[in-house]
Amino acid sequence: MTTTYSSGIAEDAAPPKVAENDDTYWRAVGRRLMRDKVTLFCGAILMLMAALILFAPLVAPYGPTDGSIVRRLKPIGTPGHLLGTDELGRDMLSRLLHGGRYSWFVGITPVAIAFLVGGSIGIIAGFAGGKINMAIMRVTDVFYAFPSVLLAVAVSGSLGAGIANAIMSLTIVFIPPIIRVAESVTTGVRNLDYAEAARATGAGARSIVVVHILPNVLGPIFVYATSLVGVSMIVASGLSFLGLGIKPPDPEWGLMLNTLRSAIYSQPMIATLPGICIFMTSVCFNFVSDGLRTAMDVRA
Amino acid sequence: MSDTQQIEDRGGPAQPLLIVKGLVKHFPIGSVFTGKQVVRAVDGLDFTIDKRETLGIVGESGCGKSTASRLIMSLIAPTEGEIVFDGDLVGAAGGISLAEYRRQVQMVFQDSYSSLNPRLTIEESIAYGPKVHGTPHREAGERARDLLQAVGLAPRQYARRFPHELSGGQRQRVNIARALALRPRLIILDEPVSALDKSVEAQVLNLLLDLKEQFGLTYLFISHDLNVVEHVADRVLVMYLGKIAELGPVDDIFGRAGHPYTRALLASRPSMDPTRRRTQPPLVGDPPNPINPPSGCRFRTRCALAREICAEREPGLYEIGAGHQAACHATQADSGYGDSRRLAA
Ligand SMILES: Nc1ncnc2c1ncn2[C@@H]1O[C@H](COP(=O)(O)OP(=O)(O)O)[C@@H](O)[C@H]1O
Ligand code: SF4
Ligand SMILES: [Mg+2]
Repeated sequence: MTTTYSSGIAEDAAPPKVAENDDTYWRAVGRRLMRDKVTLFCGAILMLMAALILFAPLVAPYGPTDGSIVRRLKPIGTPGHLLGTDELGRDMLSRLLHGGRYSWFVGITPVAIAFLVGGSIGIIAGFAGGKINMAIMRVTDVFYAFPSVLLAVAVSGSLGAGIANAIMSLTIVFIPPIIRVAESVTTGVRNLDYAEAARATGAGARSIVVVHILPNVLGPIFVYATSLVGVSMIVASGLSFLGLGIKPPDPEWGLMLNTLRSAIYSQPMIATLPGICIFMTSVCFNFVSDGLRTAMDVRA
Repeated sequence: MSDTQQIEDRGGPAQPLLIVKGLVKHFPIGSVFTGKQVVRAVDGLDFTIDKRETLGIVGESGCGKSTASRLIMSLIAPTEGEIVFDGDLVGAAGGISLAEYRRQVQMVFQDSYSSLNPRLTIEESIAYGPKVHGTPHREAGERARDLLQAVGLAPRQYARRFPHELSGGQRQRVNIARALALRPRLIILDEPVSALDKSVEAQVLNLLLDLKEQFGLTYLFISHDLNVVEHVADRVLVMYLGKIAELGPVDDIFGRAGHPYTRALLASRPSMDPTRRRTQPPLVGDPPNPINPPSGCRFRTRCALAREICAEREPGLYEIGAGHQAACHATQADSGYGDSRRLAA
């Protein structure tokens, strides 16, 4: 068929707002992100931190556990020790850099695993609907009823100290909320008219999920997951602080906060440095996650 | 069979394209406190649509129009009832398969934005249906561009756009093109212009009328706007609380309405014509809850003519003219309405 008619040329056919002809969704998102100064700034800080942490062995002036009791609790700005030394005379800068590797790893890994596991379960629940949805969501609610910190402490406590157990307990904590978000986003998309219209063409479930559901739900679920990284780092540090996470002498920020407790009066600046690191990272992750969410809402 | 062929008329011109028999949809809702209840969204619909005609369905918001369209589109399963398409029972052995039926019936929704996948280009959205049915990608793309042309959007300018870059009227044109892509015979239009500005509304309505001629289509046109239905419909079905109140040719419905509900609707519409006298009280209040509809005639709680008989017996759908039916006791001499006392309010 070749239709040559052009009945009722649209009088409201104002040329589309965007000038380039190859504007994709992600390009539009990128352009919006570029205009968002806060998100760019926080993103830059995170990138810088990530690079420093990644290359910690090259960047750090000392090893994370090298120290001498004679040099303990030197103030910030001491020659050779830019950020001073800790209660065992170890270089703070070196320990913070190496500690970031543990903190980031323990903060991000549980969220990543929970994103994959919880995201899949939630999408299945949302797409299947009905009894399958009911079953999955009721089980999720049981976990959800516990406050996350309490749940993490309880699971970690029963599994015992150690980095693997800390990650495991945090993963268990983050799976239910991600299931919830994934389920509600998927249910929302499934009920939108374009999903109905796809069903009305006679398309199979596989095609509908791949073409219409996944591209529209993965973004929001991912954004939600990034907002959990900050919390994850704080709880992971909390576990270490309580002696349930990473064990000394490994330098993890939460653990450093714990062992520097006694120095809070003599060297308050040094004692709070690990806390500042945790705070900055988690705040930056939250801002970036917020910015992503706004940028992805193209309709606005 | 390749889906590039227009499906031929099987039953002949006299065979209605669509026959809806006893269509019922009860949505179960229930909470621990209220126990099991059902929303009687659609509660017994019988009607036919002839080939190449436009049947308009009007009724207030919540009367079950969208549910009826989703039932006919077989997006949801009916509680009861069946659908016959060009003489073949849908989804039954010996009838027409659901897959085949879905190719011949397509739908346009009210919300032009949520009807389009934001991640697909306009061309991809239109080509999706044909691709699902096995049309090669190139050919599907070509058809999509032809259809864009047919709905008045220059393909070169619009094919690679995303929905958020278009205006509401443009998006609705895309949705119409998408519905046409499978070469359907029946198109269900659920409030297709209700979200559009008045000026755009007229353009889209005229486009729909043109396309109907070009492609030999049959429309089921749903709207809560009587003026729109008067403009496009050949016959009109007036729905109230999941049931038919009145059904007839468009001139009869707008000129000789038999049902008090239809007359009240007509009296309530904003009129462009100051000389049109209001002989009826306009519609007041809201429709009752479809969970618990009134006994007898469902309209009796808002009907100025209601009598006791109206609460006791449900009116049938009585013939009041050629092809014109109304569900009201007052239209029947032998219904007992004349001897019944006024219903105490
Ligand atoms: N999935 C559903 N579950 C429960 N009730 C529903 C559902 N869909 C529609 N309804 C109810 O059915 C009635 C008819 O709705 P609808 O068909 O959307 O009406 P209309 O399109 O005429 O405005 C309304 O009372 C509505 O609340
Ligand atoms: S049957 Fe009675 S209540 Fe119903 S519309 Fe007719 S007169 Fe009114
Ligand atoms: Mg509706």
